[in-house]
Amino acid sequence: MAKTLYDKLWDDHLVAENPDGSALIYIDRQLLHEVTSPQAFEGLKIAGRKPRRIEANLATPDHNVPTTNNEREQGISGIADPISLIQVKTLDENCDEFGVTQFNIDDIRQGIVHVVGPEQGYTLPGLTMVCGDSHTATHGAFGAMAFGVGTSEVEHVLATQCLRQKKMKNMLVKVDGKLGYGVTAKDVVLAVIGEIGTAGGNGHAIEFAGTAIEELSMEGRMTICNMAIEAGARVGLVAVDDKTIEYVKGRPFAPQKEHWDMAVKAWNDLHTDEGAHFDTIVELKAEDIAPQVTWGTSPEMVKPVTGSIPNPLSEDNPVKKEGIERALEYMDLKADSAISSIPVDKVFIGSCTNSRIEDMREAAEVAKGRKVAASVKQAMVVPGSGLVKEQAEAEGLDKIFVEAGFEWREPGCSMCLAMNADRLEPGEHCASTSNRNFEGRQGQGGRTHLVSPAMAAAAAVYGHFTDVRDIEISSLRGGA
Amino acid sequence: MEAFTQHQGLVVPLDRANVDTDAIIPKQFLKSIKRSGFGPNLFDEWRYMDHGEPGMDNSKRPVNPDFILNFPRYEGASVLLARENFGCGSSREHAPWALEDYGFKAVIAPSYADIFFNNCFKNGILPIVLDNKTMDVLFEEAESTEGYQLAIDLDKQTVTRPNGEVISFEVEPDRKHSLYNGLDDIGITLQQEQSITDYEEARKQRAPWLFS
Ligand code: SF4
Repeated sequence: MAKTLYDKLWDDHLVAENPDGSALIYIDRQLLHEVTSPQAFEGLKIAGRKPRRIEANLATPDHNVPTTNNEREQGISGIADPISLIQVKTLDENCDEFGVTQFNIDDIRQGIVHVVGPEQGYTLPGLTMVCGDSHTATHGAFGAMAFGVGTSEVEHVLATQCLRQKKMKNMLVKVDGKLGYGVTAKDVVLAVIGEIGTAGGNGHAIEFAGTAIEELSMEGRMTICNMAIEAGARVGLVAVDDKTIEYVKGRPFAPQKEHWDMAVKAWNDLHTDEGAHFDTIVELKAEDIAPQVTWGTSPEMVKPVTGSIPNPLSEDNPVKKEGIERALEYMDLKADSAISSIPVDKVFIGSCTNSRIEDMREAAEVAKGRKVAASVKQAMVVPGSGLVKEQAEAEGLDKIFVEAGFEWREPGCSMCLAMNADRLEPGEHCASTSNRNFEGRQGQGGRTHLVSPAMAAAAAVYGHFTDVRDIEISSLRGGA
Repeated sequence: MEAFTQHQGLVVPLDRANVDTDAIIPKQFLKSIKRSGFGPNLFDEWRYMDHGEPGMDNSKRPVNPDFILNFPRYEGASVLLARENFGCGSSREHAPWALEDYGFKAVIAPSYADIFFNNCFKNGILPIVLDNKTMDVLFEEAESTEGYQLAIDLDKQTVTRPNGEVISFEVEPDRKHSLYNGLDDIGITLQQEQSITDYEEARKQRAPWLFS
């Protein structure tokens, strides 16, 4: 029978099917970070249980680590917040005690878990992979079944290397055609969420396919899968192709020598068979997608930069209407005004959605030779890992940013969720490349607008949202 | 985990859709390395007028009189009514920990985000799904009737209204079994140890690069 990619990954990891309809699924690899792991390790200790395959875990601190150069120079002792310090220390202690490989705060390989995994070749096609973080779907860009879990399940995986799961439904999001100039993966995924809503993918694994997805780089595909969860789907997937295999090749945790050939052979089957059944299909035309900006407090509240803010009066559904009214009030925006008229107080370029080298380059292309507008209080660029930072600096991107008036920071989650000192003040509008614009996400009372890296850089330069397609962009890529 | 068999309790109606986990428990409280103590900071940004940080004495903070949980008539509520897509957003298990620590035993909503739904069962909270029409009735009653209580029976899979009307709900048999008996998930899985070992052996043959 013809199978979807998700069906194949599911079948390949089935340990047992139980009479009650649940299944036991094998988990190949787990990523750990400081926020959702301490209670899991504690649980193991209390129950006197041993991890089943500790080598199947990789840890790095990201959510809580400071990103200013000053603090980071002092390593772990530079963490000013005593409670955050305890959490990062606890991760160190647990990794030492249990023997987990960790890239600690001083390691150049440290970074956001979802940037580190792929970068190290720890993320591989065909894997099942979990992490106590909802954006684990990111790794699905490699044709892996990756999903976020709660702390009890982190513990469950540590103890058993398995999870009890129910199979999800299959959803296909097909984006055919050619993306316009200045339109990126981020705009595609925001447009998809705008189309299907934040609950549109509930209970589904979403496979992203179509010529526009095939054309994307691995970084772009990761950006798309990263936000599958914002469409309600725990799993996002892209089929394996030559680009996937090329990206993985030679990375530290990737298979070597004779194992490499064997692996590639297995990975070549990681795509949906012709004629396989999807429960839901959504199709978008790449040509219809413009650069996107969220205006409200949910990722589905999104419009093209050329559009205007919706009017609750033209919404019939009472729940939606109230949602719009509440969002407009929280965001302090007027119905029907132009998206491009929204002023920006702060700019954040970073997060597991958009902090890879390609994102840094896209933002730098806009920033080059320009200056952050005087009305913008702070614009920061936070690379996703120490290695992204190193690469960006080798390409001179840091200088471009600093000359333009951006802060160039150390790797971490930073203002994506504002657990450390990087956060918005009440009332501030932020152009952010992250993935969530919920109330208070980037600081209590803060107002987040989700955009692509190029759009964020443009907002920084002009002080309000600006269509990147109208801006002359200097190419950083070898005279192309 | 505490078992859930039957429960009757005061109902509080939280009439908004897409309540996310950041709203349920704001991120600054995720710095704790413990599982307990999150109750006072449940819905922190809505519940208090000031900005909450871990370690504060919550009893001294100015409360928001307009937030429903703070209405005196809902004090001691243990059943939460909510709208669509409750618990969307992050995977933080701190969200059900906070609900549980506050005293909630059950949530009733038309739909939930998947990870949150799952996390509830692992922490002794029963998330019940009822259709929108029924939800409207419950909301209306809970808002208009002081001291409104619902009786929930997991075994029978029913919610009983004060007028005696019985509403049935669905729950997956395996989830029901674990919650009803307060079973430890890891313990259950370890009973299948042999299957895991067999699988691992086979996987090692097929994908040796994952084991080297
Ligand atoms: S960057 Fe943001 S979304 Fe990604 S893991 Fe960190 S906090 Fe979560």
